[in-house]
Amino acid sequence: MNAVAESVFVAQPYQAVGDIIIDCKVDKIFYGDFLAVRDSTVPIEKKKITGFIGPSGCGKSTVLRSLNRMNDLIQVFRFVGSVIYHGQDVYAAKVDPVLVRRYIGMVFQQPNPFSMSIYDNVAFGLRLNRFKGDMDERVQKALERAALWKEVKDKLKNSGLSLSGGQQQRLCIARAIATEPDVLLMDEPCSALDPIATRQVEELMLELKANYTLALVTHNMQQATRVADTTAFFSVDISHGGRTGYLVEMGPTKQIFEDPREQLTKDYISGQFS
Amino acid sequence: MSDFDLTMPPEAVRPTPQLSRQGFEIRALQSTVLTGLTWLAAVLAAVPLFSVIYLLLAQGGSRLFGSDFVEVITGLPPAGFEMGGGIGPAIVGTLVMVGIASVISIPIGILAAIYLGVLDPHSKMANTSRFLAKVLTGFPSIMAGVFVYAVLVIHWGYSAWAGGIALAVLMLRTVVLAAEEAISQVPQRMKDAAYGMGCTRTQVIWKVVLPTGLPGILTGVLLAVAGAAGESAPLLFTALFSNYFISELSEPTASLSILIFNFSGMPFPNQIELAWTASLVLVLLVLMFNILARLIGQPKV
Repeated sequence: MNAVAESVFVAQPYQAVGDIIIDCKVDKIFYGDFLAVRDSTVPIEKKKITGFIGPSGCGKSTVLRSLNRMNDLIQVFRFVGSVIYHGQDVYAAKVDPVLVRRYIGMVFQQPNPFSMSIYDNVAFGLRLNRFKGDMDERVQKALERAALWKEVKDKLKNSGLSLSGGQQQRLCIARAIATEPDVLLMDEPCSALDPIATRQVEELMLELKANYTLALVTHNMQQATRVADTTAFFSVDISHGGRTGYLVEMGPTKQIFEDPREQLTKDYISGQFS
Repeated sequence: MSDFDLTMPPEAVRPTPQLSRQGFEIRALQSTVLTGLTWLAAVLAAVPLFSVIYLLLAQGGSRLFGSDFVEVITGLPPAGFEMGGGIGPAIVGTLVMVGIASVISIPIGILAAIYLGVLDPHSKMANTSRFLAKVLTGFPSIMAGVFVYAVLVIHWGYSAWAGGIALAVLMLRTVVLAAEEAISQVPQRMKDAAYGMGCTRTQVIWKVVLPTGLPGILTGVLLAVAGAAGESAPLLFTALFSNYFISELSEPTASLSILIFNFSGMPFPNQIELAWTASLVLVLLVLMFNILARLIGQPKV
């Protein structure tokens, strides 16, 4: 546990093997005066699934939401560091966060379909981007990729809110991928779902990997072992009276779970604290 | 009360337990009486509406739904000892002034509600504005008439404009508060989803917040319209009255509520009967808006 007590601990950088699509270097993230996350370098590799694990309050969701500037909606949020996406820092002054979010999509913890038809939910992003092609075809393709088409093809006019929780979450994934974003951020996408729906969403993630880059925050370590190629383990430092999250270790999932470098990682994955 | 004792040893002979309802027990009586009282109160609450509608149907129904229907709806009010006649100008006048009030108050009200509900809900400005709208709820309606009289009527005379503006002052509070309620009930996760798709704040409001809150907003708007249609005090000072159909918005204008007030005080049976008929028309109009508001119903989320 020595590593925790030392507030200056910084994780060894992870040497990515493939192309890096988002190179995230967090120096500090503040909410007002509160230091939420410090010193975490998390490269996201192209067409792979990067899992973020760690105990509650370790900042894994905060880091994920920083990647597409969703945290900008919180007024007191302040990001120090850089998120390099295709050679541009998404936190540069000239960057429009609205455009960042069109390329880096997001799936949330609670399924959040709009109060409109299933079809309109999926077409929402296409219309937003003034898509001129065959709308029906794109909607069908997105629903098929989200493994939802068979269940909803006869009731596309029904409200998205009439579906079950698992179906709603797959609808949200279909909505997110309809616009063909580059990267899909998933913030605990299965935490509100039952085991069967979780299974379906996990299989979906593995299929989506062929075309998209995914970053996944999960509370469930088994989920990380099942789907993530690379895993980043965050922990929380409470030694100075604050609750500051930081990256402890990042590496191939197999290595993190079978042969972690840090004692803290070992303790966490063996269930000694949570 | 009970004459058996469960603590008796099991081998002792117990009397057969008495399980049937004890009608004269105090608690049973209390329960019956209180249930009866609440039932009575519920009936009493419904009595005014039904008795008013019954009375209006009895007094004005035959004239409205009889052979004179077209004359009553479209005709001019009768003079002194004249027979027949109708309330056409008053119906048109009421609709025109409620229309003016709606055109003024609905856009302002909904825009204000967007500011209060989405853009800056906790700012000082929003808190003040919300507080003032709530204070306005208890504002006597005649004061709206006096206010418009002092500001507009003194300079430009009685007109449909002035009447509409006075009604708009009264409608605004209902529209603002109901629309804000509907808008703030749109869940944050839906707004997050829209931001996550790459919507600007304007797009989030137009494409998600307003469509999702629409049923609630419409309910508020229709209740405001119903309330304005039934107002009489503010029109007394602003639109006054006229015996003729409205030809321009800058002249005194008839309205149902003022016609009822004028005719019911006249010594002629024909006019008094028309006042009853006008009351029935007004109540039906207001009821229609109210029922429509209920049908459009509650927000979907």
